[in-house]
Amino acid sequence: MKCAPFEYVRPASVADAMAALAEADGDGKVLAGGQSLVPLLALRLARPAVLVDVNRVPGLDAVARDGDAVQVGALVRHAALAGQTLHPLIAEAARWIGHAAIRTRGTAGGSLAHADPAAELPAVAVATGATVTVAGPDGERTVAAEDLFVGALVTSLGDAELITGVRFPLPDRWGFVEFARRHGDFALVTAVVAEVGGEVRIAVGGVGSVPARAVAGERTLAEGGTAADAAAAAGDALEPTGDLHGSPRYRRALAVEMVRRALVRAGIGGPG
Amino acid sequence: MKVDFRVNGERVELDVEPRRTLADALREDCGLTGTHLGCEHGVCGACTVLVDDQPVRACLMFAVQAEGTAVTTVEGLAGPDGRLHPLQEAFVAHHGLQCGFCTPGMLISALHLLATDPGPSREKIREELAGNICRCTGYGTIVDAVAAVAGSPVPEP
Repeated sequence: MKCAPFEYVRPASVADAMAALAEADGDGKVLAGGQSLVPLLALRLARPAVLVDVNRVPGLDAVARDGDAVQVGALVRHAALAGQTLHPLIAEAARWIGHAAIRTRGTAGGSLAHADPAAELPAVAVATGATVTVAGPDGERTVAAEDLFVGALVTSLGDAELITGVRFPLPDRWGFVEFARRHGDFALVTAVVAEVGGEVRIAVGGVGSVPARAVAGERTLAEGGTAADAAAAAGDALEPTGDLHGSPRYRRALAVEMVRRALVRAGIGGPG
Repeated sequence: MKVDFRVNGERVELDVEPRRTLADALREDCGLTGTHLGCEHGVCGACTVLVDDQPVRACLMFAVQAEGTAVTTVEGLAGPDGRLHPLQEAFVAHHGLQCGFCTPGMLISALHLLATDPGPSREKIREELAGNICRCTGYGTIVDAVAAVAGSPVPEP
């Protein structure tokens, strides 16, 4: 399977990328690490007329402390995320992404823009309350991670917009737990717990069409419930879909257990 | 579109369509058919090569993206005199291949693993090779081969 032909543009700046996307007039796609997009091209599920390769745009590959958060450039590779020490939750999550040859190419911005509901970074972004910086034809805007993910592989990004960076708040306590059949597979369920500014936030990935807050579980904790109580409440509120990897009932049971374990890892809600 | 990079130490200048993957360019334009293509969408790991010493699925990278990089394929493992790389020797000695289709990707992944961690446990070897699919061996002998080079204990056959 080979990609359909496309026009290839390699901008040297965000401004050039904006111009190229505007010129593509809705038929352009941003190419970053290519670990999700290129398979779609190879299978011809996507056939953009123009590929805008942002890999050589300078200034988008830094990880830096920014107050009580860590700013991650859109082009930071998963391997670099796994190796950095500024944000331990992101480092742990990144180690679960794919395989070595995927982590060397895949990027933080690309993972969020692709919006796979089972992917690790989107769940971390929702759990920590991350803010995504987006460049567009009318300048720069920011969007909360929860407002970025609209559906499976669907975001609120415009055709001519480009994620340039993500600001992940630093949690005081956190837990990351993932269940996958084989190492490197997409998760059947990912549970991320982050205590940010005194507020415990729970996000569950792989169960619905977007990584979602488990608000019922958070409320149970706030009312003094244990980790097990909160996990059960989170599970009750889920509406998992079934596929060949797991029935809705199985996924719900798995989600309850993963949330419980993530809370225990975070040291929240007692011994579980 | 013109692209200029190095493959196994030699300079390569090509004029390719942008949609040509690095894997196809290596095989078709450079004649280096040691890089195998299984799934062509990033699942099987057979096409894994090193780009600037980092493992990359060559089917998920376009050749034009390799501009200015140094690529290492399985053909670059043996010495100039044709002497096999210790990993290749170990794959032979431990029967780490049967049909050989996955072997180039396995070797490149193992090469990167040993470059980053010279003494990985069998568990770590299994984890790191999880991105390379083999349908013949059942993986045990592949792990044995890598463990032998890493100096980890290898069970008697």
